[in-house]
Amino acid sequence: MTEPLIYELSSPGREGVKPPQLDVPESALPQDWLREDLPLPEVSEIDVVRHFLRLSQLNYAIDKGMYPLGSCTMKFNPKINEVTARLPGFTGVHPLQHPDIVQGALYVVYALQEYIKAIGGFAGVTLQPAAGAHGELVGVLIMRKYHLDRGEPQRDTILVPDSAHGTNPASTSMSGMRVVEIPSDARGNVDLDALRSQICDRVAGLMFTNPNTLGLFEEHMEEVINIVHSCGGLVYGDGANMNALMGIMRPGDAGIDVMHFNLHKTFSTPHGGGGPGCGAVGVAPHLVDYLPGPIVALDPDLSEDEDPYFIFHDPPKSIGRVKAFWGHFGIIVRAYTYIRMLGGEGLRRSAEHAVLNANYLLSRIKGVYPLPYDRICKHEFVVEGHFKDAPGVHALDIAKRLIDYGVHPPTNYFPLIVPEALMIEPTETESQQSLDNYADILLKIAEEALETPDLLHEAPHNTPVRRLDEVRAARNPVLRYEH
Amino acid sequence: MVYIPHTDAERQAMLADIGVENVEELFWDIPEKFRYPQLDLPEPLSEMETLQELQFLAGLNLNANTTPAFLGAGAYRHWVPSVVDYVISRGEFYTAYTPYQAEVSQGTLQAIFEYESMICDLTGMNVANASHYDGATAAAEAVIQAYNTFRKKRNKVVLAPTIHPHYRQVIHTYTQGMGLEIVGGDDPTTEIAQLIELVDEQTACLILQTPDFLGQMHDLTGLADAIHARGKDTQFVVITNPISLGLLKPPGDYGADIVLGEGQPLGLGLNFGGPYLGFYATRSQYARQMAGRLVGKTVDLEGKEGYVMTLTTREQHIRRDKATSNICSNQGLMALAATVYMAALGKHGLRKVAELNYHKAHYAAAAIDAVKGFSVVRRKPFFNEFVVRCPKPADEVNTFLIDGMESVEIIGGYDLGQDYPHLADHMLVAVTEMNSRHEIDLLVEALSAFDN
Repeated sequence: MTEPLIYELSSPGREGVKPPQLDVPESALPQDWLREDLPLPEVSEIDVVRHFLRLSQLNYAIDKGMYPLGSCTMKFNPKINEVTARLPGFTGVHPLQHPDIVQGALYVVYALQEYIKAIGGFAGVTLQPAAGAHGELVGVLIMRKYHLDRGEPQRDTILVPDSAHGTNPASTSMSGMRVVEIPSDARGNVDLDALRSQICDRVAGLMFTNPNTLGLFEEHMEEVINIVHSCGGLVYGDGANMNALMGIMRPGDAGIDVMHFNLHKTFSTPHGGGGPGCGAVGVAPHLVDYLPGPIVALDPDLSEDEDPYFIFHDPPKSIGRVKAFWGHFGIIVRAYTYIRMLGGEGLRRSAEHAVLNANYLLSRIKGVYPLPYDRICKHEFVVEGHFKDAPGVHALDIAKRLIDYGVHPPTNYFPLIVPEALMIEPTETESQQSLDNYADILLKIAEEALETPDLLHEAPHNTPVRRLDEVRAARNPVLRYEH
Repeated sequence: MVYIPHTDAERQAMLADIGVENVEELFWDIPEKFRYPQLDLPEPLSEMETLQELQFLAGLNLNANTTPAFLGAGAYRHWVPSVVDYVISRGEFYTAYTPYQAEVSQGTLQAIFEYESMICDLTGMNVANASHYDGATAAAEAVIQAYNTFRKKRNKVVLAPTIHPHYRQVIHTYTQGMGLEIVGGDDPTTEIAQLIELVDEQTACLILQTPDFLGQMHDLTGLADAIHARGKDTQFVVITNPISLGLLKPPGDYGADIVLGEGQPLGLGLNFGGPYLGFYATRSQYARQMAGRLVGKTVDLEGKEGYVMTLTTREQHIRRDKATSNICSNQGLMALAATVYMAALGKHGLRKVAELNYHKAHYAAAAIDAVKGFSVVRRKPFFNEFVVRCPKPADEVNTFLIDGMESVEIIGGYDLGQDYPHLADHMLVAVTEMNSRHEIDLLVEALSAFDN
């Protein structure tokens, strides 16, 4: 069953929800400026409710079942987060109200800044960036400005491992720097020799994901960081995989200079169908002054016996604002709620169980799915979606067939360095039964690949729509409803 | 342990299958000196206690939805219809992610297609993306789109000084590594004609805002032609307010190349500044230079209509360092909220909301203008926001409005002195459909009582 477009449900003249009546005298409208027509839908309130409810039922979601998208950390989104974020004292606050009358909101922002510092081992944090990629841009701009201020404008290069998420090189280009790619070695780590060969005084920094996108902890982490630091470069940590490390290791302790966190991954805030997220950025002491401002701080002018008062502070060497206002407050409240519910112990146990779950699921399928790097993984792992004796079957077919069994496929075709990659991240909120169910399905599909491959090629069979023609969509783009 | 379902027995069985003795063994590849730090975090609370704590914190804030408020300056106090939260609270929408597997994401994909369509309708353009983080970052991406349209050969950008200060700052931050020359100055009385004089064949784009940061409406007639002629196709970018488009002719009809703005007024609430929504639309010929996700219509292998992300080769996961932008997660759920808002109010409701804003703001302006010591600065027509010259610094007026009267608390307008030092006694007052006549009259009475 597909759902018509909301426009197709319209009836001329029909009204939806009704605004209040005008309670002041009318003023003359500016006739020359008025639009002739506003071609929005004309539907009633019940039409809106039914339409969007039916649309929602076409979606798969974490609330429905396991959703092991690698590097996305699709853990349970706690419902208490939705309650606290909707408190009227939070939703009704205008960002430009005087600090006197928003101290509760400022406290939440300040506290989360402090919590991220503690979790990451950093000296300063901004919650202004709206997403991980936004945080990456901030990180690269901070590295750039730091070197410029130290009289080193020749540092125009960022080293990016070939396994890196696409946002890493994209963020680097956006900041005006050039990308040099570093290959991975046979065990899935950054290749040390390749790294050494690219090191020179043009290097502003390295973007480093650890655990990396193969789900593996970088075995030469200290050496990598050392090599970059010794040439005067900085190390940027891509924190997308922080779910493996909370309470296990603080990246700041290992010498990471600047790092982003994805609150909508690691800290349970919802994915929303594509955001909103929050890309908190933490920095080491020498970079604190470069953070995008304003950040929330304790008023330094208060004496010891006065109650704490929170204000906005502009870091003196800031790269500048990256967003209007202060950041995604609604997401900040949710992450704050999560951390208050878990505490340090809860975060550590979450990381442990995320890693336990990934290794368990891997142990159940590794004999059957080719495994490029046979190591203990962290919170996710990558297998190859093809079989020697089923030459026509690809990762895409396996992914589509998983859908027929009522579960969500893993990430496909990323990282690029593994052919037919299937990146699987179960997260800590899945039970052993849930993992066994997923493993059983994967093993069944492996059998089908050998015996009845057409079932895979033509999958999915049971969904509201079947495989969609993406080539046609790109060749003849239809990007809007035509009236 | 909250959210972790494992029993001891299950843990043991799983460890055995993996082939390790205990969970710690799974972390032996982490250097021992870094392993298991003590995190400096408070002890955990139960759900009940967590809620109580947050209720207390929320209670410390003055709620602009339940207090008379006249504060705008880029974020507006608008009524959010109940259906909006109903829809975005569906778990199928908010706990889903990027619609990579289109067959099980048709809800998200079709909603985005409807959003893109409505933004096109609203702005008078023919292609819109799935969202940017907010109006400010959308403006920065417009500069990048224009820069790429001219293959990075034009490095000049003209910015109107009456664009929201945060937006201008974000444009500077985003482009600090691009070697751009950004002109236009900081004088809010600069006329558009003077800005157009700055356009030449090195100019990638000219950006202006209408209604602008000071609430002023600018006549866009003839501007597109003038800018294109002077600069040999310099891009004309217009930042606008989506509620005003319920009433006013959209920038697309005036020939704009890119139209963008802050979508917060479309049912997102105030939320202390975020998450908000950057809406963004351009002409079809620039679709491939545009950043952000795009959803298009197609068919499946049985010929049934469906929706997919398309033109994805522009994006970071394909093009990496050559992508149009690094944007990945955007404001998905907020775009859905705006779509529901626009559907629920529809053609008739949005027009009515716009009219309410216009009439109430004009009523308020006339009444404030009549108060001794206060005058409305009327250099141009306005929509729902205007500048008031006060007899004392605006922040003193605001302190009086909050603290100076018994049993009346009013959140006043924005103190323009914070951005324009010579305007310290000027206040930016916003009036929306949520300001009843009673609230407006209360403000006027309060200003009359202000000790000048």
